[in-house]
Amino acid sequence: MPEITVRANGHARRVAVDTRSTLLDVLREQLGDTSPKKGCDHGQCGACTVLLSGRRVLSCLTLAVSCDDAEVTTAAGVSHAVQQAFVDHDAFQCGYCTPGQICSAVGMLDEFADGWPSHVTPDLTAAPELTDDEMAERMSGNLCRCGAYANIVPALRQAAGGPG
Amino acid sequence: MTELLRPQAIGQDLARRDGPDKVTGTATYANETPVENPAYCHLIQADIARGRVSAVDTAEAEDVPGVIAVLTPGTSERLSSTEDKELAVLQTTDVAFRGQIVGIVIAETPEAARQAARLAAVTCSEQTHDVSLSADRVDLYKPDKVNPSFATDTSVGDVSAAMDSAAATVTETYTTAMNHNNPMEPHATTALWNDGQLTLWDSTQGVHSVRSTVAKVFGLDKGQVRVVCPYVGGGFGSKGTVHAHVVAAAMAARALPGRAMKLALTRQQMFSLVGYRTPTIQRVRLAADRDGRLSAIALDVVEQTSRIKEFAEQTAVAARMMYAAPNRATSHRLAALDVPVPSWMRAPGECPGMFGPEVAMDELAERLGIDPIEFRVRNEPARDPESGNPFSSRHLVACLRDGAERFGWADRDPRPGVRRDGDWLVGSGVASSVYPASRQAQSDATIRFADGRYAAEIGAADLGTGAWTTLAQIAADALDVPLDLVDVRIGDTDYPFASVAGGSSGTSTWGSAIVAAARAFREKYGLDPADGDEAQGQVPEYQAQERYALYAFGAQFAEVRVHADTGEIRVPRLVGVFAAGRIINPRTARSQFIGGMTMGMSMALHENSVLDPATGHVVNHDFAEYHIATCADAANIEAYWVDESDPHVNPMGSKGVGEIGIVGTAAAIANAAYHATGVRVRDLPVTLDKLLPGLD
Ligand code: FES
Ligand code: FES
Repeated sequence: MPEITVRANGHARRVAVDTRSTLLDVLREQLGDTSPKKGCDHGQCGACTVLLSGRRVLSCLTLAVSCDDAEVTTAAGVSHAVQQAFVDHDAFQCGYCTPGQICSAVGMLDEFADGWPSHVTPDLTAAPELTDDEMAERMSGNLCRCGAYANIVPALRQAAGGPG
Repeated sequence: MTELLRPQAIGQDLARRDGPDKVTGTATYANETPVENPAYCHLIQADIARGRVSAVDTAEAEDVPGVIAVLTPGTSERLSSTEDKELAVLQTTDVAFRGQIVGIVIAETPEAARQAARLAAVTCSEQTHDVSLSADRVDLYKPDKVNPSFATDTSVGDVSAAMDSAAATVTETYTTAMNHNNPMEPHATTALWNDGQLTLWDSTQGVHSVRSTVAKVFGLDKGQVRVVCPYVGGGFGSKGTVHAHVVAAAMAARALPGRAMKLALTRQQMFSLVGYRTPTIQRVRLAADRDGRLSAIALDVVEQTSRIKEFAEQTAVAARMMYAAPNRATSHRLAALDVPVPSWMRAPGECPGMFGPEVAMDELAERLGIDPIEFRVRNEPARDPESGNPFSSRHLVACLRDGAERFGWADRDPRPGVRRDGDWLVGSGVASSVYPASRQAQSDATIRFADGRYAAEIGAADLGTGAWTTLAQIAADALDVPLDLVDVRIGDTDYPFASVAGGSSGTSTWGSAIVAAARAFREKYGLDPADGDEAQGQVPEYQAQERYALYAFGAQFAEVRVHADTGEIRVPRLVGVFAAGRIINPRTARSQFIGGMTMGMSMALHENSVLDPATGHVVNHDFAEYHIATCADAANIEAYWVDESDPHVNPMGSKGVGEIGIVGTAAAIANAAYHATGVRVRDLPVTLDKLLPGLD
């Protein structure tokens, strides 16, 4: 089995991985970081979202062998205002989608800061405004069966520095 | 009447105690239990809907490097009890539904287990199956009772005569789709069999019921089984009863003593193995006089169950008590099909059963030319029409009026299909919500004191409901101490017996047990206990049940926009107002309400498990095709409540809040879609293909 180095939450670890293993399974089963969750294993729910070199990715669709030397951040390694905002707004219930929501939110706010447009951005030539619609749209790859969306958006607003 | 607690911690708006662990992902769920050197299980499933397994050739599977064993009907242990056929895993070669477990692979890695499961060659002799539900099947039967123990049929007065002599009537058939619970955390069990002791870290809504069920299936003493579950990644009923994979995990563990087994279902497997809401066909008849007073309500329901195990959803029970109509009739008929076993899904009974009748109310209000809120108000019963008992509290009218005010209902033009905003047709709709205020018969709690702190112990479950936090609030008030001196210990059969988290009865039942234990503790030790002092209490008998009709009520308001050209449907606003007793923690209760409403919106617009009649397979068995509401669909949902404190339900004055939010939502949205377009959709989900033919 090939060996790779995974830099997860600042710690470099050398692991032998099955070429079929996803980053999600390696994190959870081999590196003992169960913060990213498996909700579907098919890239359909967002529960496994982590930050790979700062960008949000679905770790269930990422082959571990492709992550040699990559910087991986899971919710366990995130320290961001969005976490307290989620607690303040009760933006979760069971908590199973939450680590993915947190990583996704951090990645989303960065994408926004970098000027990336979304499907609902009205004007592609102007700098987008961080409206509720923009945030909801950009977070729609993260399913929450508990239905916390109506609290997630105000939490994001708070974390982005707007009125909570 | 119960002596009510003086609310101090109760009623406070508090963040969840488990919040920090959840936003960092360090809360551990069943599949994440840190165990030494686990092995991994993957299930092999039948790909026929009815027949017999003639052979399972495991040679190729066993050749996969890392495979430890493959259990099949021929090689697995014989279970002690096979009475519950859903749980009789590998005990027969008969196949009763597509997706039934026909083998279990155990391997060193999840990848090897999965690969081997695919390589196991299962040969079946197939029989003709039948998975098609319809109301005109000749083999529909009348179950002895409906879930959990309601009368199957009821009849008071003469509905037909009332229909014949009424000023206005509605006779229509409404349908709700097959729905799957789909909690975000796939069902999972980690199992260890060691020295005659079975430990299960199981994702469950009730550790004690898992223990008793599993003990019975394997012929063990309850003392030989420990079930642990500190966190549950959602359940909505599907984790309320033991399903076959739990038995499979325990079986695998017993085949390899001393080795921990990890079994997690895939999302796809959850569509055949962990229950679902039956589709329902609802024939509704309503009759009213010119003033809008109902003279008859009838609801006749047809739904499905599996051939191996009966589950009869109590779809018609809400129609029995909701409105004052002197003539009432309800019935349930089942088709036993070659389908997976249906079970509880959030508000079984009330959720589907408040769709047909609440849309029919809208239709009848329109026929009578009466506002749909006013129509409901005119039919408020003074007492429970069915039992004749008074309601312990019933504030439906207050919810309707308060919601109307918040939503801005007053200027509503009742005419359908006349509002347009650019390309969008705009409408609004309303429906009522109801859910029983139940309490389970058994639950025990212990209060302990040590190092200046109190602990409340009970084997309860927090599946996102907030029990970690709300039970502490209840214990603090029951002991009359500050909240920060109280710890809560739940989710383990090592703690006292707790009823399952279901039927919105958890907080009421466990809270009552905690209050009893706290009172016993104070009686025994006074205000100055010593280290090691402890006292037990149990939920008292629910005597109020005999004298009162006990329910929570609510009203839901939806704004719907339908695109005039494409038929795309959006719900930009949903407002719910509830009367659910005293609210223990406004922050977590609000989450329960909006969560229910979000799932109700999802049911209204998206959720539809498509069962292929040719194969007996739910073809859209993943999140790419079984759509649930996303953030962009459901970011604007508001929930409120009216002041209510019910002294008859429990010492907290509270009622359950986990399910009522999903009741009535789909009807409010369907009614609003009609108001927007003039197209009446009576079959859920309301999708654009059903609206488009009616749009000009
Ligand atoms: S687990 Fe990766 S998207 Fe669902
Ligand atoms: S908090 Fe339960 S799925 Fe989002």
